[in-house]
Amino acid sequence: MRRSMLFIPGNTPNLLMNGDVLGADSLILDLEDAVSPAEKDSARILVRSVLKKLRYKGCEIIIRINPVETDYWTRDLDEIIPLKPNMIMPPKVSCAQDVKTVSEYIGKLEEACGFEKNTVKLIPLIETAMGVENAFQIASADERVTALFLGGEDLTADLRCKRTKEGNEIFYARTRLVCAARACGIDVYDTPFTDVNDLEGLYADARFAKALGFSGKASISPSHVEGINEVFSPTQADIDYAHDVMETIRIAKEQGKGVVSLHGKMIDAPIVERARQVIEMEKAMFGEVEDDE
Amino acid sequence: MSKLVASIREAIEKCELRDGMTISFHHHMRNGDYVLNMVLDEIAGMGIKNLTVNASSVFDIHEPLIGHIQNGVVTGLECNYMGAKVGKAISEGILDQPVVFRSHGGRASDMEKGASVIDVAFIAAPTADDMGNCTGKIGPSACGSIGYAFADAMNAKKVVVVTDNLVAYPLAGFSIPEVYVDYVVKVDQIGNPAGIVSGTTKITRDPVGLRMASYASKVIEASGLLRDGFSFQTGAGGATLATAKYVKEMMLEKGIKGSYGMGGITGYMVDMLNEGCFEALLDVQCFDLKAVESIRTNPKHIEVSATQYAGVSGKSAGVDNLDVVLLGATQVDLDFNVNVHTDSNGYIMGGSGGHCDTAAGAKLAIIIAPLTRARLPLVVDRCLCISTPGKTVDVVVTQRGIAVNTKYGKNAELKEQLKAAKLPVVEIEDLKRMAEELAGVPKPVKLGEKVVANVIYRDGTLLDVIHSVQ
Amino acid sequence: MRIKTGAVAGTLESSDVYVKVEPSDKLEIEIESVVFNQYADQIRETIQQVLDQLDVQAGRISVNDKGAIDCVIQARVETAIKRAGGEN
Repeated sequence: MRRSMLFIPGNTPNLLMNGDVLGADSLILDLEDAVSPAEKDSARILVRSVLKKLRYKGCEIIIRINPVETDYWTRDLDEIIPLKPNMIMPPKVSCAQDVKTVSEYIGKLEEACGFEKNTVKLIPLIETAMGVENAFQIASADERVTALFLGGEDLTADLRCKRTKEGNEIFYARTRLVCAARACGIDVYDTPFTDVNDLEGLYADARFAKALGFSGKASISPSHVEGINEVFSPTQADIDYAHDVMETIRIAKEQGKGVVSLHGKMIDAPIVERARQVIEMEKAMFGEVEDDE
Repeated sequence: MSKLVASIREAIEKCELRDGMTISFHHHMRNGDYVLNMVLDEIAGMGIKNLTVNASSVFDIHEPLIGHIQNGVVTGLECNYMGAKVGKAISEGILDQPVVFRSHGGRASDMEKGASVIDVAFIAAPTADDMGNCTGKIGPSACGSIGYAFADAMNAKKVVVVTDNLVAYPLAGFSIPEVYVDYVVKVDQIGNPAGIVSGTTKITRDPVGLRMASYASKVIEASGLLRDGFSFQTGAGGATLATAKYVKEMMLEKGIKGSYGMGGITGYMVDMLNEGCFEALLDVQCFDLKAVESIRTNPKHIEVSATQYAGVSGKSAGVDNLDVVLLGATQVDLDFNVNVHTDSNGYIMGGSGGHCDTAAGAKLAIIIAPLTRARLPLVVDRCLCISTPGKTVDVVVTQRGIAVNTKYGKNAELKEQLKAAKLPVVEIEDLKRMAEELAGVPKPVKLGEKVVANVIYRDGTLLDVIHSVQ
Repeated sequence: MRIKTGAVAGTLESSDVYVKVEPSDKLEIEIESVVFNQYADQIRETIQQVLDQLDVQAGRISVNDKGAIDCVIQARVETAIKRAGGEN
């Protein structure tokens, strides 16, 4: 389950030590924008050393490496891949080739470490106009790609428009990314809401992203994590309905019925799939629950 | 008739202060207090020696006290809290006889019971008339409540009011009445009100602190105590204030009308009063200038004495009806004893204040502290000093888990309530283990043989001793 | 690895450590720490491990520790040494 992804600057011991208590489903340990060029070596070694020691129980680990056009990204991967992070986030991905370049390099390191192929997944950060236009190609470029992530700040700079709280300027990019990701059957994550002190704005922004089809949302502030989790969690009504759907299906199967309905609405394959996803989220949120099947 | 005398020296002379006597001070000016230093300088100049100073708290501004100890003017020291500067000197053993530490409630009650005798009390008063009616609510050096000074005024053999704002008799809205006062002195300045706001009176921005605060607020919610009539006390630490903010949000959202907020009062508690979370604030001391403004203008913001706040000598006290108190700690041990007197090296840098009083009184006493602080684990085998006995502590909240104290045959139900609320309930031993896995096992600190302080519990019994630092 | 020039790494923030390395004929380790009484031995051991791993035989290593845990000390010492060895 990945509702919230929290950015942690890669060169701050105090935050790295406590990243896993901040409530986020995933932590993005950042070697890119949060680290000045003079400290790239320092952050990379620190993140590697901390990862080796801390287990980050219950938290997925994503490393944001430096972009492929810099000299840093291979060194980032050299240090980090042996620690088997869940995912790598390459930033400023603009085309399928960017993904393939990173994937290939990870592949070599995985082999050297004796890991199974495609152990480490990719979540490309799309934050350029070119990247948005190539979203589908990026999403389908490589088996490692399991999600897309939209970066609104850099994108609006590239689009030469102002980033606003309302977000009209990134509406196209949002829907385009959702469509591209879903077309490839992968997840898609929304850009952080950057006003740390505006919780109301955060809720509105997260609800909007959810309504568009996003799987979750990233955050640069720990204080936003709880709101994001809340918005992207199924409600109790959703959960109850999902169990009803599964129960109805089970009974129908027993009785050998083909077509079934619940509350007067036909239960078709997408509804069952949705119900299955909700129950999976429920398990992730509250631990194992009684199985309906 | 007037009680006005020309100088502090004249007041000291008229009080017939002699070698070996005990003098007292309150700490409402906190780290902005000038009076303690002023009086001791005068006494030193008069050649009086061998005095015991009983100050409700000693702050860093009182560093000159160290000199007066070295030159023999002060040979005994009693207080409820001691800042790190004087604390370090005491820990290094500059005073021959042990410091006497009490709690805020215990200090007042010991005076009332006659266990602590004050020969001359010097009461810094932001406004007074020439007969000694005085208050902290108004004047250029206003500090708000002067709740800790009541016991001194009522029990000392001689009482000197020191003010920088002398008004015509009678002062309307006095806190301490003239009946207790022997002399009044006018000085240029009793202190710097900016010093009232000392250190930790802002909501933390640290994400770990906010996490702890979020847990603590959920503990309060899950306990079932957050209902109409709720009474609450919080200190002025960053994470405890953040908890207060979350509690306020819950109260407003659910429309809960609390009864009273108590303690050292901050602007955040004032906000809660003004937004209808409480019917009243019981204020023994103001932690910031917003609280000072509120106690002056809002009749629901009430000044209380230390005895009414937390004492054991009255027929009841505010702490007795307290639902929840949020408290800090430098160390907690496996028996839930709490240390707020020393740092992890054994240096004195604090004191009980109202810690043990409120923990004893409150239905739910919550300790809120990070699992490690600069590598040092919060939970230890045995506290370097027991400031608050474990049997009065209910819950320890850290960012990595919440330990419920079921060691004294209580809180079994609370533990289930917290689990049902899906809070990360662990054992106190787990907190120790988690910290040590992260930080390593600290080498035990070796302390000296000399006892530099006795910690007296609120009922007057000896709770623990503090050893010198090697 | 040889310490060729002076180099620093880390910060003086809480839970971090500031490491300074300088060329020297012999191996010297200087420790200043807010948790000296509790952790001096572990800090020394951690530094020594990094020196062994990187095969550093000589140099003056001084740390000003603000309560960093071992993995942070390791990282900062390693960074400083690599910087001093001309690698970064």
